[in-house]
Amino acid sequence: MNLTVNGVEHSVGSPALTPLLAVLREELGVLGCKAGCWQGGCGACTVLVGGQPRRSCLVPVGALDGAEITTVEGLGTPERLAPVQAAFHQNYASQCGYCTPGMLIAAHAYLEGGGTDDRAAIQEALAGHICRCTGYVKILEAVGTAARGDAAELERNLEVGEEPPVEIKGSPA
Amino acid sequence: MTAAAPEVLLPTSLQEAVQAFGDGAGVTVVAGGTILLPALTYGRLKPGRALMLSKSGLDTITRENGMIRLGAMLPVAALADGPEPLASAARNVADIEIRAQGTVGGNLCAPPGVSAPRGDLQGPLLALGAHVRSAGPGGERTEPVESFLADHQSRLALEISFEEPSASGYARVDRPHAHTYTTLAVSVARAADGTVRIAATGAGPRGVRLPSAEAQAGDPEAAGRAALADVTLQDDALASAWYRERTLPVLVRRALTQLVENTG
Repeated sequence: MNLTVNGVEHSVGSPALTPLLAVLREELGVLGCKAGCWQGGCGACTVLVGGQPRRSCLVPVGALDGAEITTVEGLGTPERLAPVQAAFHQNYASQCGYCTPGMLIAAHAYLEGGGTDDRAAIQEALAGHICRCTGYVKILEAVGTAARGDAAELERNLEVGEEPPVEIKGSPA
Repeated sequence: MTAAAPEVLLPTSLQEAVQAFGDGAGVTVVAGGTILLPALTYGRLKPGRALMLSKSGLDTITRENGMIRLGAMLPVAALADGPEPLASAARNVADIEIRAQGTVGGNLCAPPGVSAPRGDLQGPLLALGAHVRSAGPGGERTEPVESFLADHQSRLALEISFEEPSASGYARVDRPHAHTYTTLAVSVARAADGTVRIAATGAGPRGVRLPSAEAQAGDPEAAGRAALADVTLQDDALASAWYRERTLPVLVRRALTQLVENTG
């Protein structure tokens, strides 16, 4: 069977009941989707299947012949971040980073679906994603920023190694 | 992770699926996979033969003359704007990704959970007086959802049907987590013929009708007290039986009160 992952077509040899997550990481070496709980409870492995967010640990690959898969690697590049990635960067929405790929995929799908900066709606969209570092506030703010499309901020992508242009609240001017 | 890979059947039509299922002996049915995949990953389940339904169709919802029919492979998410009390229960299943992956048939056939109740849709379907059409030994049959729930080991669920209710009510308590888990939920529906059905999810290994409460449906307080005669409550990771015993009467009362309020 075949899978298109981030625009590249792959032939897949894993048995049909293998979770998509195992195929991506172990057979195809696509490591952006993270392996957390392997039972659908943490959100770290979330990828887009045909543009819709799915837990890759819960989807048997045999159900996906010919499907288009997008992992975090397919959202943007270091030189050209996707808006949601730029917003996460600017809002310090990532700490250890393990949940970040899943968060970004879910947030991207939310925004692509016309999601607004309504806090409750963002919380609902990210409900299945656990972060043990940030306390979620920065993540929610980042998705709100991206939803408002603060284009001037988001389109100015950062050079690799560049300090992010963020004011530290409460610091002397 | 994948030792001896099982034989996998991937039918591309309803007829092929029924044929591949046969009498169900030794067949593990894979619908959405949200319960099954972790069982495989963690080695709790080692199927010899697996029947994957992902390409079999069975994923439609139709409404005709007040009758609603749900294909067994319909995603839980498709019920979010559907008839109550099913819609409220469906919206509370796990999270967006899992609601899009998990299916109505899978939820109906979910094996009892160990640490948390499963089968959030079972209570609403019982309250709606739903019928299940299934295939298996002896061919196809259609039966009330309670008899299907009592024994579906050798049945392949195909379709769930019910009449749109004239009024409904739904009350529950959750355990907040990243997504919420349903600790206990009570569904109430009044059928077009006036029959009131009451059912609970989280009050036993699977969804259960509450006939003693139904007998007193006109008095929500009394119905709540009576409901305890119909259940065998259990402890799990979400709540103790002690807590559920105190909560069930309240939820029955609330759901019945809603039913009265919703009656036009």
